[in-house]
Amino acid sequence: MNLNLDFAAILERWPVFLDGALLTLELAFIATVLGALIGALGAIGRRSSHPLIARICGIYVESIRNTPLLVQIFLVYFGLASLGMKFSAFTVAAAALTINVGAYTTEIMRAGFDSIPRGQIEAAEGLALSRPQIYWHVVLWPAIEKVYPALTSQFVLLMLASSVTSQISAEELTAVANYVQSDTYRAFETYILVAIAYVFLSLIMRAGFWLLGLVLFPRRRRLGTPL
Amino acid sequence: MRKISNPPTNSPVVSLKDVHKSFDKLKVLDGVDFEVDRGEVLAIIGRSGSGKSTALRCIDRFETIDSGEIVVCGHRVNDPKLNLRALRQDVGIVFQSYNLFPHLTIEENIILAPCSVKRVGKAQAKEQAQQVLAQVGLEDKLHQYPEQLSGGQQQRAAIARSLAMQPKVMLFDEVTSALDPELTGEVLKVIEALAANGMTMVMVTHEMGFARGIADRVVFMHRGRVHEIGSAAILTSPATPELAQFVGTGL
Amino acid sequence: MGGSLNINHLMFLGQGALWTIGLSLIGLIGGGIAGFIIALCRISPSRVVRLLSAGYVQLIQGTPLLVIMFLTYFGLPTLGLTVSPLTAAGASLTIYVAAYLGEIWRGCIQSVPRPQWEAAEGLALSRVQRMTKVILPQAVRIATPPTVGFMVQIIKNTSLASVVGFVELARSGQIINNSLFEPFLIYAIIAVIYFALCYPVSRISRRLEARDGPVRPIIETA
Repeated sequence: MNLNLDFAAILERWPVFLDGALLTLELAFIATVLGALIGALGAIGRRSSHPLIARICGIYVESIRNTPLLVQIFLVYFGLASLGMKFSAFTVAAAALTINVGAYTTEIMRAGFDSIPRGQIEAAEGLALSRPQIYWHVVLWPAIEKVYPALTSQFVLLMLASSVTSQISAEELTAVANYVQSDTYRAFETYILVAIAYVFLSLIMRAGFWLLGLVLFPRRRRLGTPL
Repeated sequence: MRKISNPPTNSPVVSLKDVHKSFDKLKVLDGVDFEVDRGEVLAIIGRSGSGKSTALRCIDRFETIDSGEIVVCGHRVNDPKLNLRALRQDVGIVFQSYNLFPHLTIEENIILAPCSVKRVGKAQAKEQAQQVLAQVGLEDKLHQYPEQLSGGQQQRAAIARSLAMQPKVMLFDEVTSALDPELTGEVLKVIEALAANGMTMVMVTHEMGFARGIADRVVFMHRGRVHEIGSAAILTSPATPELAQFVGTGL
Repeated sequence: MGGSLNINHLMFLGQGALWTIGLSLIGLIGGGIAGFIIALCRISPSRVVRLLSAGYVQLIQGTPLLVIMFLTYFGLPTLGLTVSPLTAAGASLTIYVAAYLGEIWRGCIQSVPRPQWEAAEGLALSRVQRMTKVILPQAVRIATPPTVGFMVQIIKNTSLASVVGFVELARSGQIINNSLFEPFLIYAIIAVIYFALCYPVSRISRRLEARDGPVRPIIETA
């Protein structure tokens, strides 16, 4: 083995890695926000008494959960192209990641909705709250609170999975690494550093979600109940 | 919105006429009749499975009925075109398991419905929250969360939450059954004070002594029917062997 | 090949699908063995062993599988170790799956009720006997639904082996596409084949969950 490692040659290129890492976070942020929205709506749809809506939401979730992200990305990429639409790699990547994480979020949110006791909804009905009001005040927020750890883990996994978008040349962290290693012939050092960078990004996201949790759930903060 | 906002004083606030209800093949209500007048306190007693809770839940349309008629504050409850939310603004209901919203403070629990249903201003709703909490003796718990309160306190807060909607009639569904005996008293005292203030109330209860002390009339339900109805005196001198046996066993 | 989609193309895709299954099994068996060791290390009486194994899990769960693939396939040769695509993909999956299965199984072992551990201790069984005779048989039952569920993740993740040139399902699709240039059609076919592989496993896992009651939600990798 030739253990002649030179991390300095890679580290001196830190500005491009920083750009890549920022793009990775940007992709993760967009997909998280939009995916959370889709997830909440999807979960409401899956619980809908309207059989067609429930069925469509179910098909969406199952088709995403049972196919690889890589294939989904190519489908979105070439699907849009075959419709004659030209988008940047970043847009396609963000769209594919959103569609992907939306399905997982739908499942998690559904479990959260299902965990709200029937009595809570009856109490709200007894107070004459409308259905949207009940969903917003009594179902949605407590449900999010309940599944918050699962949700945030899913979003961290999404950030890691965004590395796959390097395959359609989105200039995120992994794509930067591919470029640097082909330029320097120091693949080992490059990917080790990028792996560490991803671990670091995961920690940043976890810390961010922890802080967000303090803001979103004042009861947890006040009573010191761990999430 | 409401069909009759102020029913004539002589008409009953709640009336059930020949109400039938089955869950699948199980007949739960088999022709129930009773009326509750303005300012009256009606206690419904009976064994578990006698249909007493179902009867109460039908009044607020938490259960739909198969036949018969229920009129509550001028709302025809069994009418498919019923304005459900208008009915529930007139009717307050308190459950055995309190059902406070765990993620909201007591104040937030109380102002939620006035603010979002009646569109009361926040400041006014908060003032009112203080008032109803004083009524149940919890004025110092305004900013606590439900889990910080004892069971009895939670149930009193749930009563305050209902009161904040200024209902015309209050329904109590075995509200002390989940409480330890030493916490039951504080909840009963609150209900007593409401009765003294002239609130119209229907309560399903296990507390015979309480029913005797507070109820203007008592309904004894047996096998989905009103088996005996009368003043609280029927508890001490039952006319039917079933009620005699029921009060004899203590519960 | 060339021209329009024909039976030869489909045969080629079928062969790719077989390699997807094969690679999944390699990931499951390799990752399962390593994951079992990780799970035991995570509950070891030794603090150092616990910390090291926890560090491994944190590190791998914080790194994309794709980067692990690149590290083994492109990184190792720069150190003078040449690896075939199959070795790189198999090793990467093993490393990756071990971190997740190890963590899932640790949770399952620890969710065997406390009195069972105490009863086993009370019978003066040795640590090994306690594990093999009392705890593990119960943990296996708890672990079955989430493990079957994770198999779906493994199957999907094998698609990443395509980027290091291993010809499994996704890669065989790319190869066909290079001659046909019908990317949308071909990826749609590939997606359907993946679905056909994954969906039955998903169903089984859900049926097992329904049988055993709700288990804490398992984390799904994309």
